[in-house]
Amino acid sequence: MTQAEFLNIVMPFKDKVFRLAKRLLVSREEAEDATQEILLKLWNNKTKIGEYKNVEAFSMTMTKNFCLDKLKSKHAQNLKIVHSNYQDHNTSLQKQIELNDSVNWVAKIIENLPEQQKMVIQLRDIEQYDLDEIAKMLDMNNTAVRVALSRARKSIREQLTNTHSYGTK
Amino acid sequence: MVLNNIEKLLEKYENGETSLKEEQELKNYFSQETIAPHLEMYKPMFAYFSISKKETFTKGVPLKTRKIFDYKWISVAAVAVLMLGFYFGKPMFQQEDDLGTYDDPMMAYNEVVKSLELISNSLNKGTGKISYLDQLDSGISKISYLSEMETKSKIIFK
Repeated sequence: MTQAEFLNIVMPFKDKVFRLAKRLLVSREEAEDATQEILLKLWNNKTKIGEYKNVEAFSMTMTKNFCLDKLKSKHAQNLKIVHSNYQDHNTSLQKQIELNDSVNWVAKIIENLPEQQKMVIQLRDIEQYDLDEIAKMLDMNNTAVRVALSRARKSIREQLTNTHSYGTK
Repeated sequence: MVLNNIEKLLEKYENGETSLKEEQELKNYFSQETIAPHLEMYKPMFAYFSISKKETFTKGVPLKTRKIFDYKWISVAAVAVLMLGFYFGKPMFQQEDDLGTYDDPMMAYNEVVKSLELISNSLNKGTGKISYLDQLDSGISKISYLSEMETKSKIIFK
């Protein structure tokens, strides 16, 4: 397989790999490194690429495993510090800013979800994968994915409702 | 009417039962400027999903084509070297074989004696140095007394 052929296969989903990695690892740099690592692994095993039924799903599974390993290892201590616990008291600003702010809130809320729910939300609501595909990628069954998804969505909505009504009640 | 529909969809959405198409509908609805006030809190959620989808991986991928060294070419090179060796090597050996001869037997005899003497002289130099080995032997036998002493002392300390 030539480099060009490989890139043709990989290009369509490299961003998805990156976004999933970033969802799990939080810092952009870490996620970039992880993505590179995944792509290199694919490249080194390029002779086997034809055997995989779905390279994209396979890569997503690889990403998941890689990132979870990374989180477990000491390596995760190198995570860039992000303002995940910063509180905002400026609730009475202009609407646009407010919206922007609450979009950031969503990011923070998702960040605090359990890993599995994070991945499910990422794969479904952002990447828009089929439930079956997600089940395959995460080694879960269909119902478990649905339950995780439902829990994640509910907890995002609850927390958003709380922040939304913050200061009004 | 539309609102009713959206509310139903939202409920399904929270139970994880919406299809991708229905979710797209929800996304479209919440990307509008004005939405029902009691659904306001959903807006950032869907906005965030759309924003996150735009993030891309910008770093390059260093795809190194690993050059795997092919060992079969070594044999080819070896064969080539051998062939060259045979081709160029032969005349040299022939030259070395032909060192010239003495015609006069007496002269030849003298030459042989001379070279044999040379050999024996240098050989004797070597044997002189080897004779030190005898001294080493006696040294070793003296050391062996030590081990005897050790066994004795073991017996005593027992």
